[in-house]
Amino acid sequence: MRRITRIATVGIASAALALSATACGDKSSDSGSSDSTEKSAAIAYDIGGRGDQSFNDAAYAGLEKAEKDLKIKGAEAEPTEGESEADKVQRLTELARKGNNPVIGVGFAYAPAIEKVAKKFPKTTFGLIDDNSKTGPNIANLVFNEEQGSYLAGVAAAKASKTGTVGFIGGVEVPLIKKFQAGFEQGVKDTNPNAKVLSTYLTQPPDFSGFAKPDLGKAAAKGQLSQGADVIYAAAGLAGSGAIEAAATEGKWAIGVDSDQYNQAGLSKYKDKILTSVTKDVSGAVYNLIKSVQDGKAQAGEVRYGLDANGVGLADSNPQYKSMAEVLAAVEKAKADIIAKKITVKTAP
Amino acid sequence: MKKFDKDRVLLAVAGPALALVSAFVLTVIVLAASGVDPIDPLRVMIEQAGYEDIQILIVNTAGFYYLAALAVAIGFRMNLFNIGVDGQYRLAAMVSAVVGAAVTLPGPLHILLIVLVAMGVGAFWAGIAGILKARRGVSEVVSTIMLNAIATAVIAWLILPKNLGFQPEGSNDLTTGDIPESGWFPAVTTAGGDIYGFTFIAFALGIGYWFALNRTRFGFDLRATGASESAAQASGVDAKKMIMTSMLISGAVAGLVGMPLLLGESHTYNLSFPAGIGFTGITIALLGRNNPIGIFFAAFLIAFIDKASSGLDTAGYAKEIGTIMKGLIVVAVVISYELVRRYGIRRQQQKVGEELAAGHAIKTEKEVAA
Repeated sequence: MRRITRIATVGIASAALALSATACGDKSSDSGSSDSTEKSAAIAYDIGGRGDQSFNDAAYAGLEKAEKDLKIKGAEAEPTEGESEADKVQRLTELARKGNNPVIGVGFAYAPAIEKVAKKFPKTTFGLIDDNSKTGPNIANLVFNEEQGSYLAGVAAAKASKTGTVGFIGGVEVPLIKKFQAGFEQGVKDTNPNAKVLSTYLTQPPDFSGFAKPDLGKAAAKGQLSQGADVIYAAAGLAGSGAIEAAATEGKWAIGVDSDQYNQAGLSKYKDKILTSVTKDVSGAVYNLIKSVQDGKAQAGEVRYGLDANGVGLADSNPQYKSMAEVLAAVEKAKADIIAKKITVKTAP
Repeated sequence: MKKFDKDRVLLAVAGPALALVSAFVLTVIVLAASGVDPIDPLRVMIEQAGYEDIQILIVNTAGFYYLAALAVAIGFRMNLFNIGVDGQYRLAAMVSAVVGAAVTLPGPLHILLIVLVAMGVGAFWAGIAGILKARRGVSEVVSTIMLNAIATAVIAWLILPKNLGFQPEGSNDLTTGDIPESGWFPAVTTAGGDIYGFTFIAFALGIGYWFALNRTRFGFDLRATGASESAAQASGVDAKKMIMTSMLISGAVAGLVGMPLLLGESHTYNLSFPAGIGFTGITIALLGRNNPIGIFFAAFLIAFIDKASSGLDTAGYAKEIGTIMKGLIVVAVVISYELVRRYGIRRQQQKVGEELAAGHAIKTEKEVAA
């Protein structure tokens, strides 16, 4: 009897302690509120957080650059898997309350949350990447013409392919990645109407592991290679590195995405076979927004990054790519045509 | 007699308490071993929970965690492992969001319709596993896991704009359209934010669960079948019917998991609608020992860890500390329940032995049997 009582008492006491912590308190989480004169900007990441070698890292690079050049303080917050809209609202509210300006939500998932929070903090500028549907006087919608960059990748792929079959690998089947697919397919077909494009998606939402698991990308790429593809374009975040590995191992071309993957340390083993990369200048967009706020001319409304402003584009770090005169010429011509609006690139396949 | 009851209650509480304490100690050890200050992150978490808006978040989260755990617990009580709560609630939320956005009815009716559709879809999806188990003897563990994957694919297909979905202009998201305001569940507004009205329904459902299990013939049959299927069958319980019924009820409750969020926050099903609550529900049902009050506290505990740990990264710690804590709790729960169970049996044997020696053999045996 004694022993149970003792175990139980200790247990109950500790449980009560842990639980009572949730029950009391009357402040709200703005305790560290904006008394600081130091200027700061904040980023709320998309799923995956910092270290995804892709989208979130690009946003962080923009913040890092701003910290150095503009002498501001950067704050970051990461989401938890399976969180709800309420968590996003809470995260943005906390970042805004702490006096960060601008507060940038990385990814379209932040759209409904930013719409709610922006109304509560009219003096703070909110950046929303990849979404144009929720607007407001203090919301800057940073959007990209991914389909234009992908179109150029399609042109390059069609020109570089010997078999006439090229592959597209999308991470998760969401409208954003379909833009990449649409542009790529159109670019291939416009360049070589007889070419065949194999398109594969790794996962379906809400399973976002298609952006995170290189083994999925590798398996999909192997499948496409065995069907005769000799250029593979993977728009799949971290999973894309698996596709690059598979293509390079068989001596075929791979096309990277988001940042210039030829220069990425983790992929240096395969870089000779990374033909080019479709770049999406998220870091530049983040930096520009922070700078505009510091300069007192905060961006608002749609800020579009297309081929014309180098917001999207093709990287040319691979010397082999630079030596392909025919490919380069075709890409340059397509680029000029898109900027001159002679070619309109579709946003859905 | 009274003494025995006290013992039982103490033993019942000792399991979770032992689990929590050892999980806490293990967390501190893990933190220390990884070179992080072992106490400060915990202090930050408790401080986080002191803020009003985090408290609201914890209450709301505990609400839908509670529903998920109840759905799992109904199966557990019957020895059915419904791992499919995750797929059931997602499909239910998606379909009911479509229905909710398509119709306009006077307030209460609109909400009622959405809720009934959600329960129906959840029950239907769980019922597939139920039929497979009852008719073909397919393990519900396997079938519900597979149904989760199938639900993901079905939702991904249904939400395409060419089917039931809708892509707002300029957005990269897919939604099911907005539910008109008549289908929003009234919330309790406090200084820290809104508590979803449905949260209270969730907790009220716990009372219903307790009543149905402990005070009805159905509940008795369910527990009897869970304890021993063959014995229950011998005494006239139709085990197959029980499997089907409990799977349907479990699925219907699972269908409600998405309701607090759907009716109280997002008013639409979109690509970022939370996934994985069903699995959290399993943890909570385990921790709460399938008891409605136990689950209540467990739901709050897990919600606290989840929401308070999200503030860790701004304080300079990895917020995965929260995930480690949850993992350790699960391990500790399994081990400590077994330890406490064995200890309880040993004590009972000792007691019986003592009393036998003292010559009260007949009386004590009756008590033990009770």
